[in-house]
Amino acid sequence: MYDQTEFDRDFLKTRAAQFRQQVARRIDGSLTEEEFRPLRLMNGLYLQLHAYMLRVAIPYGTLNSDQLRTLAMIAERWDKGYGHMTTRQNIQYNWPKLADVPDILDALAEVGMHAVQTSGNTIRNVTADPYAGAAADEIADPRPVAELVRQWSTDHPEFQFLPRKFKIAVTGAEADRAILKVHDIGLQLVERDGVIGARVLVGGGLGRTPLLGEELRDYVSMDELLPYIEAVLAAYNIAGRRDNKYKARIKITLREEGMEALKEQVEARFAERRGIYPNAVAELERIEKGFAKPVYKDAPTVAHFNALTDRGYAEWAETNLVSHANPDYAIVRVSLKGRGATPGDITADQMRALADLADEIGHGEIRVGQDQNLILPHVHRGDLPALRAALEGIALAEANTGLVTDITACPGMDYCTLATARSIPVAQGLADRLRPIERELGQVTIKISGCINACGHHHLGHIGILGLDRAGVETYQITLGGDPSADTALGERTGPGFAYDEVVPAIERILRAYLALRKAPSETFLQAVRRLGTGPFKEALYEEQKDAA
Amino acid sequence: MSRIFTPKVVTANALLEGDVVYLAEDGAWVRRLDEAELIEDEAIAQLRLIDAQSQPDRVVGPYLAEARASQQGPVPGHFREGFRAAGPSNRNHGKQADLTDV
Ligand code: SF4
Repeated sequence: MYDQTEFDRDFLKTRAAQFRQQVARRIDGSLTEEEFRPLRLMNGLYLQLHAYMLRVAIPYGTLNSDQLRTLAMIAERWDKGYGHMTTRQNIQYNWPKLADVPDILDALAEVGMHAVQTSGNTIRNVTADPYAGAAADEIADPRPVAELVRQWSTDHPEFQFLPRKFKIAVTGAEADRAILKVHDIGLQLVERDGVIGARVLVGGGLGRTPLLGEELRDYVSMDELLPYIEAVLAAYNIAGRRDNKYKARIKITLREEGMEALKEQVEARFAERRGIYPNAVAELERIEKGFAKPVYKDAPTVAHFNALTDRGYAEWAETNLVSHANPDYAIVRVSLKGRGATPGDITADQMRALADLADEIGHGEIRVGQDQNLILPHVHRGDLPALRAALEGIALAEANTGLVTDITACPGMDYCTLATARSIPVAQGLADRLRPIERELGQVTIKISGCINACGHHHLGHIGILGLDRAGVETYQITLGGDPSADTALGERTGPGFAYDEVVPAIERILRAYLALRKAPSETFLQAVRRLGTGPFKEALYEEQKDAA
Repeated sequence: MSRIFTPKVVTANALLEGDVVYLAEDGAWVRRLDEAELIEDEAIAQLRLIDAQSQPDRVVGPYLAEARASQQGPVPGHFREGFRAAGPSNRNHGKQADLTDV
């Protein structure tokens, strides 16, 4: 884990103290809402449909057990006993009271956490591969670079009022588990002549105009990385449009200006800024020490192999375990999509129990995935049966990660003030309907957003669902063929949308068609869509309308 | 041709808790939509809204929301207002939990 410095601690304490004064001044009437709003947003405090919502950053998706216990304490003491994991490695509290938020920020600061820049037109929480430091296919751990970028971007005076929000993600593996191509900047750590540097992608994003990022530079050395991305931000800060918020993201700047022009502007800014961070590499090396690999234990793994004779265990192992760089270890995916669950929600009791398990058998580490699940990144295979039994005791052993019931869903109209329709009950209805055939269906990813902002990443779902308000009626548009993996693809719209009570059967028709159309059970849903095109699936989707015509 | 005015309620979020609140006939802020004042006259609606906007120490973001008359008082005119009035549908611990206590 990153070792906080005195500077980090002071910064968080000062920010929390400032916000305490701002809240007091809002409550005593010395600040109007217009004056207070930008201040609260700078500290991650939104006003949602039913209450305030505090969005807390989980930088690069990494938590230690003490941090998770603090998140549990906050949920219990100042919220309604749970938190919600988002698709960008944040946790959201849905019910804080305004006067309590300064206390919450103080509690977060105690464990090095904060809500700074989780809103507003700034550089947002830097995300990373949730399997960082554990994945078998990793070239380099992306977290030190992500931490360096976090430090650089936090309170950066030049970038507090960008044309629009700006999202950066980092990976250290070919298999892209951080969805680089839908970020304003995606950094992929690559090796050149034995030296790690970064490939820089730019101009990706979802929302109203979904576009995939493109390569800006194939390699930037570590000593030049901060000046280089600062040059990208500086170029964007000038060229990005401020007249139309729908055209203000760098993805639009890139398409309006063209790659060559953007490159030119970036290179010009880069020439000015080269060498402005002479200590960055030394700081990176200091940060790296905090991310040293845990001391792996040498012990028999036989308990895991013996347990595989149990069907429930074998199913869990099949879906919820991922290869670890150490063959005696596994990465464990902890599903937050159990029966009746709200995708991404976790109770304070579950957080606390998971923190204890992480301490006992997981080297004290927990990760948050972009799929709204949690991860224990380092578990010895010999400990897996005991872990699963313990997870069962806290309703976190659902054997479904990557299956059709592992649905990503934003809060939608149950909480979000921007929503045009609900997401959560659609996810729950689908999970209930499809659970009996989830194993038969294999790997299928459904993603749901409650409005065009696409926080539920619906464009990237193998099946995507977008909730809209059509003349005062909740209506759901379906997309097919999206892919959040390294072959990132945006789904294709099928046609007219479906009403709330029609959408679950509609999705089931698509999936039943897949079962009938696939060449063999080994052909996944996405492979079948790619082989056949969306035609036969659309036919199944709209068959009722056709029959009625 | 002037638009036909449809009935409204004044709604906002409470400053301290963020709760959805409605303006009642006596000028009090209430938690229940069915206790709100249903305003059927456009000029009165604007006056009530101005009154609400002059209370930044109590509420945030007041606006006029569509509502309809019923035997039990105003009911939501749009599904968004329905969710605001009732609380989230996935957990029974928002406003709906309090409402059943009343
Ligand atoms: S996609 Fe829309 S409804 Fe969902 S969380 Fe984002 S802004 Fe809210």
